[in-house]
Amino acid sequence: MSEISLTVNGRRVSASVEDRTLLVHFLREHLGLTGTHVGCDTSQCGACVVHVDGKAMKSCSMLAAQASGSDVITIEGIANGGDLHPVQAAFKEHHGLQCGFCTPGMIMTTVDMIARHPEGLDEATVREELEGNICRCTGYHNIVKAVLAASKTMSKASKGKAKKAA
Amino acid sequence: MGIEGVGARVARKEDKRFITGAGRYVDDMVVPGMKHAMFVRSPHAHAQIKKIDVKAAQAMPGVIGVLTGKELKADGIGNLICGWMIHSKDGTPMKMGAWAPLAVDRVRYVGDAVVIVVADTKSQARDAAEAVDITYKELKAVTDASRAMDKGAPQLHPEADNNLIFDWDIGNADETAAAFKKAAHVVKMDVVNNRLVPNAMEPRAALGHYDKAEDHYTCWTTSQNPHVARLVMSAFYNVAPENKLRVIAPDVGGGFGSKIYIYPEEIVCLWASKKTGVPVKWVADRTESFLSDAHGRDHHTHAEMAFDKNHKITGFKVETKANLGAYMSLFSSATPTYLYATLLSGQYDIPAIHANVKAIYTNTSPVDAYRGAGRPEAAFLVERMLEVSARQFGLSPAELRRKNFITSFPHQTPVIMNYDAGDFATSLDMALKAADYAGFEKRRDKAKKAGKLRGIGFSCYIEACGIAPSAAVGSLGAGVGLWESAEVRVNAVGTIEVLTGSHSHGQGHETTFAQLVAQRLSVPLDSVSIVHGDTDKVQMGMGTYGSRSGAVGMSAISKALDKVEVKAKKIAAHLMEADEADIVIENGTLKVAGTDKSVPWFQMALAAYTAHNLPGGMEPGLKETAFYDPANFTFPAGCYICEVEVDPETGQTDIVQFVAADDFGNIINPMIVEGQVHGGVTQGIGQALLEGANYDAGSGQLLTASYMDYTMPRAGDVPFYKLSTSNTPSPSNPLGLKGCGEAGAIGAPPAVINAITDAIGTENLTMPATPQKVWAAIRSVKH
Repeated sequence: MSEISLTVNGRRVSASVEDRTLLVHFLREHLGLTGTHVGCDTSQCGACVVHVDGKAMKSCSMLAAQASGSDVITIEGIANGGDLHPVQAAFKEHHGLQCGFCTPGMIMTTVDMIARHPEGLDEATVREELEGNICRCTGYHNIVKAVLAASKTMSKASKGKAKKAA
Repeated sequence: MGIEGVGARVARKEDKRFITGAGRYVDDMVVPGMKHAMFVRSPHAHAQIKKIDVKAAQAMPGVIGVLTGKELKADGIGNLICGWMIHSKDGTPMKMGAWAPLAVDRVRYVGDAVVIVVADTKSQARDAAEAVDITYKELKAVTDASRAMDKGAPQLHPEADNNLIFDWDIGNADETAAAFKKAAHVVKMDVVNNRLVPNAMEPRAALGHYDKAEDHYTCWTTSQNPHVARLVMSAFYNVAPENKLRVIAPDVGGGFGSKIYIYPEEIVCLWASKKTGVPVKWVADRTESFLSDAHGRDHHTHAEMAFDKNHKITGFKVETKANLGAYMSLFSSATPTYLYATLLSGQYDIPAIHANVKAIYTNTSPVDAYRGAGRPEAAFLVERMLEVSARQFGLSPAELRRKNFITSFPHQTPVIMNYDAGDFATSLDMALKAADYAGFEKRRDKAKKAGKLRGIGFSCYIEACGIAPSAAVGSLGAGVGLWESAEVRVNAVGTIEVLTGSHSHGQGHETTFAQLVAQRLSVPLDSVSIVHGDTDKVQMGMGTYGSRSGAVGMSAISKALDKVEVKAKKIAAHLMEADEADIVIENGTLKVAGTDKSVPWFQMALAAYTAHNLPGGMEPGLKETAFYDPANFTFPAGCYICEVEVDPETGQTDIVQFVAADDFGNIINPMIVEGQVHGGVTQGIGQALLEGANYDAGSGQLLTASYMDYTMPRAGDVPFYKLSTSNTPSPSNPLGLKGCGEAGAIGAPPAVINAITDAIGTENLTMPATPQKVWAAIRSVKH
């Protein structure tokens, strides 16, 4: 057994877990955060993407024990109270989801992608960056549209903030 | 109501829970005392089970039960069945071999379930499953339907000589033979429609809970049709009587057909819950899904088309071998017959058609309906045939099609279908324009200068949705009726719940169904809730597949709304002392037309429930039910044009443009319809370029059983699509809807392959057209 202690969505949690427990199973089964999904067994589908210390990570590809001491954010933790995160809002507005199963992973990947590309995104980059997230419903058309729209909104917002700060 | 009613691009009501991680899928369900199951599956494609030793597994940590097929059988649980009877041309019924939920003495495909292990945790169940000791005697296996009827081939079921399930005919053999005798041109081709794995992103799952005190079962399951699941598990598998079995399909992460069927796992979880005394949850691994979900397609076909000297089609002759896998899945017999061969007329006026279909057992996963189900196989065959014929005749593929289009309706084809409406030339013209077909040769020349091969391909598909009416499908062998039910409950404060037998697993019913209600009753969209997926809430329904939820499910709601409207108007007329014929519903009120007298909707509803002042003899309350059985199928159709660039050095194909011009009849929410087309087209492109379930011929192992081996379409494999719709309403339902869920998967594959073969100059190319195959095909013609 491993004793682990980490921050999940801003809350400190400690637990004793089997050594082989994957981060995704810890989140789902120990913490009841079932928004993070398991869609494959080979780290291909991306339904389990969360943020570990600010980086997108497939939570099926690391042990819970490896995340001890880390700051983990899941799909349940990105909205600001009642206000949707701009990426969540863009997925809704552009119909970037159908069955919703891949959606949490898509959104977490997108938030990370936009953060790494403050200069903005183009279609080719978005499609390439989504390589590790599989969707069977949308044909990606509206997901790509949603990512581009969110990127635009967020870069405008950050430019606005930068202006204010200046 | 224009912004929320029929025709509006309303953002989805259901999205909030999915984008915030609050969706409720089966794997998210927790029941007090719940334990976890693993299935021990056959590692062999074909073997006798000599001995099952569970002692070591039973002694493993956390293990609660290790149960076998013998015990299941002893408890009277029945074998799985196929619910659609097909008779061979000699009049004999199809040969259905026994499919036990847990194999007892023989396994017939890799993945066949043999033992269930229940333990405290999933990891413990997995460990214990590995400790189950099964002695097999391996038998020879056959995986290819074109070999399974050979002399000396391994035999799967004693009921089916030569592995032949049925040998079925449709159309008129004599007239077709006569047409070929007189033909000026005959075009022949052999076509393989590759086997696919549906791959809904949510793996299948089941949670069975037996309540001893109530002698009652609850099953949470990833189902497209929970009521059919309850009916079949009750009537045929002897799990429990219907009143003692509740089936709940909560949020379901995609289906594409694969979650229609009742599989061994949900039956076994329910039985195991009673046997062990604990709720039992099973969730498939992805590889388990690859092995045990029903696969799709897998046809081998020889076809010949006869033309007169003016290139008018005069006859079509088709022979198909359909691989149904190791057992007959629930609707497996209908897919290569009534969902396939009845569409062989395509969009064309073909006076004589004859098709023969042989359904064949092999040592592979069972095959059943997957998005499109039979219609993609028909469209691929017909549209490849038209394209190849045009090339052989030196005609434009668009003009050969146009010359042969059906132009007057209703049109009776020689293969049962009566097309009630359509306008095929309009779709073709819209697609030609959107694709800038006139400018194609210029683009081809430009690509050539850059060292690329550019090609263009057409597909003028037709399909049939909303299979109906019930009496007709019954006469064709269906074991169920294909109507739908709806209940509209107006609450005392005027809010509305609609209970539907349709099931949404991505289609957006919570939005589109509410749009219809908002429009009809002039109430805000937010005051309408759609309830589905629970046999305790919705009385009965047939579920969602075959693009039926709009045409059939919403038509049922429309009929229930008719009744609500009549009663609401009667109440309002009584309250205002007016004639009910003068009442109109608008802006949230019931008005006396041409006056300023009105009653708010909520006040009318309250009056219905206080019942202080109702018309004489009227029952209190406002709740109406309807069952709707359509008059005919609906016939969505359209034209797809795909343009590709092939790199001759690598064989890599890039889809540079994809145009879809569809005729879906009336449309409730264009945003959702477009989403369905995007997804369908991508699955079609997946079939054409990337996806294929491959078995090792000797061992019968599925070689493509993970996302490392089976190529799912990724975002980088597809472009933005250019979509348009024309709207010839269906005359067969009150809303004029046709259905849009499958069109993309039906229309896309031939368009893609027609484009690649145009680019590379040879027809000799099978799906999936991987870079390796395309590269080899280019070299086969380049000397």
